[in-house]
Amino acid sequence: MSTDATPADPVSMEVHDLTVAYQRRPVLWDVDVSLPTGQLIAIVGPNGAGKSTLLRAALGLVPLASGHVRLFGKPLAQVRDRVGYVPQRESVDWDFPVDALDVVLMGRSGRLGWIRRPGRADRELAMTCLEQVGMSALARRQIGQLSGGQQQRVFLARALAQQADLYLMDEPFAGVDAATERSIVDVLHQLRTQGRTVIAVHHDLQTVRSYFDHVVLLNMRLVAAGPVDRVFTPENLRRTYGGRLTVLDQVAEAVRRGPEP
Amino acid sequence: MEAWLRLVTLQDANTRVVLLGTMVLGVACGVVGVLAGLRRRALAGDAVAHAALPGVCVAYFAFGDGHFGTLLLGALAVGLLAAAGISAARAVPRVKEDAVTAIAIGGFFGAGLVLSRMAQDRPGGHRAGLDGFIFGKAASMVASDAWTILAVAAVVVFVVAVLRKEFTLLCFDQSFAVGLGWPVRWLDQLLMLLVCLCVVAGLPAVGVVLVVALLVIPAAAARFWTHRIRTMLVVAAFLGAISALVGTAVSAILPAPAATGARGWPTGPLVVLVAATLFTVSLLAAPDRGLVARAVRAWGMRRRVALQHLLRDVYERLEAAGDLGAAWTPLSLSRKRVDGVVVARARAAGLVQRDAEGWRLTDRGQAEARRVVRAHRLWELWLIEHADIAPDHVDRDADELEHVLPPSVLAALEARLRQGAATMPASPHPIMPAAPGPGLAP
Repeated sequence: MSTDATPADPVSMEVHDLTVAYQRRPVLWDVDVSLPTGQLIAIVGPNGAGKSTLLRAALGLVPLASGHVRLFGKPLAQVRDRVGYVPQRESVDWDFPVDALDVVLMGRSGRLGWIRRPGRADRELAMTCLEQVGMSALARRQIGQLSGGQQQRVFLARALAQQADLYLMDEPFAGVDAATERSIVDVLHQLRTQGRTVIAVHHDLQTVRSYFDHVVLLNMRLVAAGPVDRVFTPENLRRTYGGRLTVLDQVAEAVRRGPEP
Repeated sequence: MEAWLRLVTLQDANTRVVLLGTMVLGVACGVVGVLAGLRRRALAGDAVAHAALPGVCVAYFAFGDGHFGTLLLGALAVGLLAAAGISAARAVPRVKEDAVTAIAIGGFFGAGLVLSRMAQDRPGGHRAGLDGFIFGKAASMVASDAWTILAVAAVVVFVVAVLRKEFTLLCFDQSFAVGLGWPVRWLDQLLMLLVCLCVVAGLPAVGVVLVVALLVIPAAAARFWTHRIRTMLVVAAFLGAISALVGTAVSAILPAPAATGARGWPTGPLVVLVAATLFTVSLLAAPDRGLVARAVRAWGMRRRVALQHLLRDVYERLEAAGDLGAAWTPLSLSRKRVDGVVVARARAAGLVQRDAEGWRLTDRGQAEARRVVRAHRLWELWLIEHADIAPDHVDRDADELEHVLPPSVLAALEARLRQGAATMPASPHPIMPAAPGPGLAP
């Protein structure tokens, strides 16, 4: 439940022999990977590589053709309270009649269970989470009146309100403004300091080195996974993005910049 | 007049029953309609309603007694079947949800019409009032019907009140709900069950064709008045109840046209008409989200922009000469949309005045012009310095935003551009000369 309850699970997410298919067309093939705890982990790969699908499989949102995913060594059903989720921003209708605080309080509903409404403690926690992403002033704003970046931060705050040990984030940096990007990075660092794990689908090769510790390179199959300085190499990137000319420049640029000082 | 009296004093036992029944129905449909609408299941409700017709007929064939409760149970059973069928078909790849719904609506209704014809042809089968289910016959409602509706509505409203948190989560973000471990499929089925209950309870009063309107319209209208789901549920219930009350009252009061004999005006359609009227009123008149409020906001904005353009034009004309109090003519300012109406409005606002030499800015007008130009130039400078916009493009880009810049942003701009609060920055681009004609008034 809380972070310090189980001090050291060496593995946050273990994916074993995972195959996922949509309408018989496989999007993930035989993926085998073990990810550490307490690190910021990026899932990187071209469009259609199955990055989001890997997260959705871990959360039980898509049927698995074969294999399994274990979180902290257990099936999802036993550790749901320890897993937080930030879906893609486009996945919901932002004209929905709720305000930012209501959305963040949804993060508490797993702990609350049936019928019980969020109480004062939940509200205070939700406000703290909004504070963390710099959104407390807009807590009572209808979500449709927020900018894209602000909406993304509300989603992040909702996940924080889950008080999880492992956060699965689907493109948290997609289409956000600079202020939001900074705010998300701050939150990621805080989470790491607290010993929590973040697994995020990430599309910007330029920032992988500076934001993340560990990387999973994916293109339907697992290309490579490991610490960024060892795995995020020109060779591996070429294998991940092979043949896709549009991204080659981006890859070259990422490689040219090399490790951050 | 007499009819009025009888109605408002609720003298007539039958009127009392019908009013109570339809009103409670309006409340239940309004509440469930909000959730069904947010979950985009409103048309599935229509399919359920149309599936109720064959359900009624099947029950009539099976039990043959035409007892009201039996018929409604038949309607509920087939309605639930239709709901389950639609949600199953939704999962099939390459099948579009709207197509499934349309097929269900047409298919079940067609089956219902055929079956009801067969029922009417049955020897000894009295006409069974099956036609009443198509368009509804609220006037023939009896006390036990009203109590049934009341019981159904109480259950429906209670379930929504208790599970509001769960339903809100389901409607807003299904994936997140699944991730938290909520049994989304069961919640979805429960919501469809509530829809079915409302539809079936409404059949005798408004009929299979119109009952979907009671689900959809109050909820859609309520959205204009609030952006909180709690309030929306209450508003939709209220609008549903009002529609039912007014519609029923009108049908009771209006003298029946001769051609309809003693049957009077149909209650269901009148209820729906009232609801549609309330929707239109909400669409137009709701504060903030209503069309009128939007138009007024846009109009006010256009006026403000035109006025600010005038002041800026005048300022930039007079700036070089260094005398903001000098006289000018509107003709010399034709660079932007400056017309007589705007000048007249500026005069009415005390920003400009006219004397023998032409027009002049008043003291207030000068101060306001200085403020407007300053905002414009600060914004231009910021765009050039921080947004990499070329100086020759910056004028137009600045135009679009400067009119809405709040003072706090201006203060921030000042700080970032290291401009003192009192200085007027020079224009970063050449100010275009005025149209032909004398620059300044003589």
